[in-house]
Amino acid sequence: MTQEIQFRIKRQDSPDASSYWEEFRMPYAPAHNVVSALMYLREHPVNAQGQKVQPVAWECNCMEEVCGACTMIVNGVPKQACAALIDDLEQPIVLEPLSKFPVMRDLQIDRQKMFDALLKVKAWIEIGGGHDIHRHAPLISPDEQDVRYHFSRCMTCGCCMEACPQFHQESKFIGPAPLAQVRLHNSHPTGVYNKTERLHAIMEEGGLTDCGNAQNCVKVCPKDIPLTTAIGELGRQTTAQWFRDLFSK
Amino acid sequence: MADKPNVIVVGGGLGGLWATLRVVEGGFPVDLFSLFPVKRSHSCCAQGGINAVLDVKGEGDTIWEHVIDTIKGGDYLADQPPIKTMCEEAPGVIRTYDRMGVTFSRTPEGIMDQRLFGGVKKRRTAFAGATTGQQLLYTIDEQVRRLESDKELNKYEGWEFLSVVLDDAGQCRGIAAMNLDTMEVKTFRADAVILATGGLGLIWGRSTMSTNSTGAAASRVFQQGCRFANGEFAQFHPTAMLGHDKLRLMSEACRGEGGRIWVPKDVGDKRQPSAIPETERFYFLEEWYPTYGNTVPRDVASRAICRAVRHMGMGVGGQNMVYLDLSHQPRKFLEQRLGGILEMYQTFSGEDPYTGPMKVYPAMHYSMGGLYVGYEKDAKSGGMKLGSAKNHATSIPGLWACGECDSAYHGANRLGANSLLSASFSGRVAGEAVVTYLKGLPKARPAIPAAPFDQEKARQEALNQAILKSDGKENPFALHRELGEIMQEKVFVERNNKELDEALEGIRKLRDRFNQITLDDSGTKVNQSLSWARQIHDMIVLAEVITKGARLRDECRGSHYKAEFEIKCPEGKFAGSPEYEAYRERWKASNEKWLKTTVASHSADGPTIEYAPIDISIFPPEAPRDYR
Repeated sequence: MTQEIQFRIKRQDSPDASSYWEEFRMPYAPAHNVVSALMYLREHPVNAQGQKVQPVAWECNCMEEVCGACTMIVNGVPKQACAALIDDLEQPIVLEPLSKFPVMRDLQIDRQKMFDALLKVKAWIEIGGGHDIHRHAPLISPDEQDVRYHFSRCMTCGCCMEACPQFHQESKFIGPAPLAQVRLHNSHPTGVYNKTERLHAIMEEGGLTDCGNAQNCVKVCPKDIPLTTAIGELGRQTTAQWFRDLFSK
Repeated sequence: MADKPNVIVVGGGLGGLWATLRVVEGGFPVDLFSLFPVKRSHSCCAQGGINAVLDVKGEGDTIWEHVIDTIKGGDYLADQPPIKTMCEEAPGVIRTYDRMGVTFSRTPEGIMDQRLFGGVKKRRTAFAGATTGQQLLYTIDEQVRRLESDKELNKYEGWEFLSVVLDDAGQCRGIAAMNLDTMEVKTFRADAVILATGGLGLIWGRSTMSTNSTGAAASRVFQQGCRFANGEFAQFHPTAMLGHDKLRLMSEACRGEGGRIWVPKDVGDKRQPSAIPETERFYFLEEWYPTYGNTVPRDVASRAICRAVRHMGMGVGGQNMVYLDLSHQPRKFLEQRLGGILEMYQTFSGEDPYTGPMKVYPAMHYSMGGLYVGYEKDAKSGGMKLGSAKNHATSIPGLWACGECDSAYHGANRLGANSLLSASFSGRVAGEAVVTYLKGLPKARPAIPAAPFDQEKARQEALNQAILKSDGKENPFALHRELGEIMQEKVFVERNNKELDEALEGIRKLRDRFNQITLDDSGTKVNQSLSWARQIHDMIVLAEVITKGARLRDECRGSHYKAEFEIKCPEGKFAGSPEYEAYRERWKASNEKWLKTTVASHSADGPTIEYAPIDISIFPPEAPRDYR
């Protein structure tokens, strides 16, 4: 068993600064994950050369792989750092910020683009207001609910976006995660009323047809969301919509 | 000042998002502040479900039973009118969530399913797989995004609330906040402010809460004069898995599905747990509570674990941990019943709970106490008058609070699956209260001078500079660890006055040591050490409120337990027997003294504590809680 944990961390002091690598070592203890190790390092901000340095910045919150905050590239793979156990990782453990989003500092990134995309595709159910109307939603079968639950667990973490070759800072492609939310809301018994608007939003430039079908997204999703299945279904939905649009002109 | 009054909501969990929704729907614009994108709020961690009487199982469940279960669950310490109204409105809250598209688990006929939860007899808990909180949060987040698309709402995500701006009359006129990317301090004007800033688990160092649940925001307004109630009431969950970073909740369902709690009889036993024979294991819950065994209620289980570990020194390997063992159950059964939970244990511990026991210990889980909020009683119904501007108003005019950061509904202990309900409902109520308040404002409002804003900005910048320039030897992260150790050792499941006095002394020392703080970070962008240092200061302040409240309250009530003051129920005796009646009289006499709300106010020398009466008009306490 190793006596220490070794890190190689890609650092960047501010959004405009250039990045650099820094190495860290800390004492080994069982059951550490990447975030708990980073917590140790921020209390003891000394690099492997023994120099005192500024603590590494990163984002975390739930520590249970449900909030998506601590997503980073761990040994080359985008994932939640809280669920990346040190004992499972080859050392030195290499940490990098997601490369498809602006870096704010070190491992902290700005994923606003993903939330903007949710706005663009109207990823919600239209209701008349948050007051009680003494009625439930229409019935939903357990099977359909099961499928919907898979899609609704998307944490907007960005793993799929990182893995997608078509999504990057210069591209217009909205990426797999927002597309899956179109699939989710189009399948709701009242969400379907706004299906056309959502489909139109992904039939524009940067929409569905920009998907290169690399299928990387589905491999890295921490929640096993069937992203490629969703994209396939949306392909059929947009084709049908295209014909509807053609004949309603 | 703009013609249309505007509102600031701080916090984007269930409470803050519901409040935002209702304010915007009421016709007023909202600026929503959050430390991070609201979709990442701690509400997403709630697993079990949300209570509402829908009676989908045909068990004859009634709202009255939900009211009583909540009142008794809280050991009578909560004001009852708001509980009554919350339980009455709960089915409507669930129906609204359903319309919003929450992926509630369904019965074969496609209606919402409900399941059983602790402390109740009827299936009343609606759920969405094993991530109900996440599903509710995402859905209300979507609804708020719908409003954002209509431009009624500005989000300030990545901003930290620092303080409220008070005018000369003490009225809240806005907030000061810090941009966590640029560290810039700015003030923002508002006609009303709603705080929905969540729990304070990090005061115990590690808890089942998210790493941002520090209570700092509540502490900041407390230090500005807002009253804080029932701080001493914190719920400890008996079985959380240990972690360097967090204590992750292992659901009560583990014990419900046959999980057994044990420690090796020989403390020095170095063998793998699976190699320790039955006869050399101490199943202390089964031995001490033969009737319920491992399924005793949360507080009883927590106390028993502490007794075995702290009093008897029998923790596994001499440490603060016991075994929670499911490995005797068939793998298939466990996969079906507890799959998701055991998967989480495996993910985060790297150990296989199917073949060996899990290591667990009680952990701080929920704060019943919080900012002291009021309500208007409806004389006709006896409940809370919905729509009143007094509902969820704090003691600072113009400031409301909702969600876990408030003190309402749960009294001395929270019923399982009532927290998602209270977070949602209180957010709705606070939003509606603010709408009423704004509609009542005079048309021509006097302009608010700039002075209070300039002063507050300067004060906050000076605080930042003081910390950045401080050149002592105290590390803010180490101070937090020490605070956690004090709270974990002395303000925990079992309390006694000697240890509470020691804790108070320790906390005051930390307060002094904070003045010797030094930051390792001089960065001008994303300086997380600065933000953290400010939070640790505010956590220390609230820790003193919590501990002092606990020190003064000489009784056992709900989650607050002091063995010295326990009034024991005579075994095997029930109402009518002389022994039970004598017990009931002692209990009533104690209520005379202690059935009151602890209300803390800030002073430079530490918190001052007063007590306020409780409205027990719905279900006056006639008999102690009895889960026999």
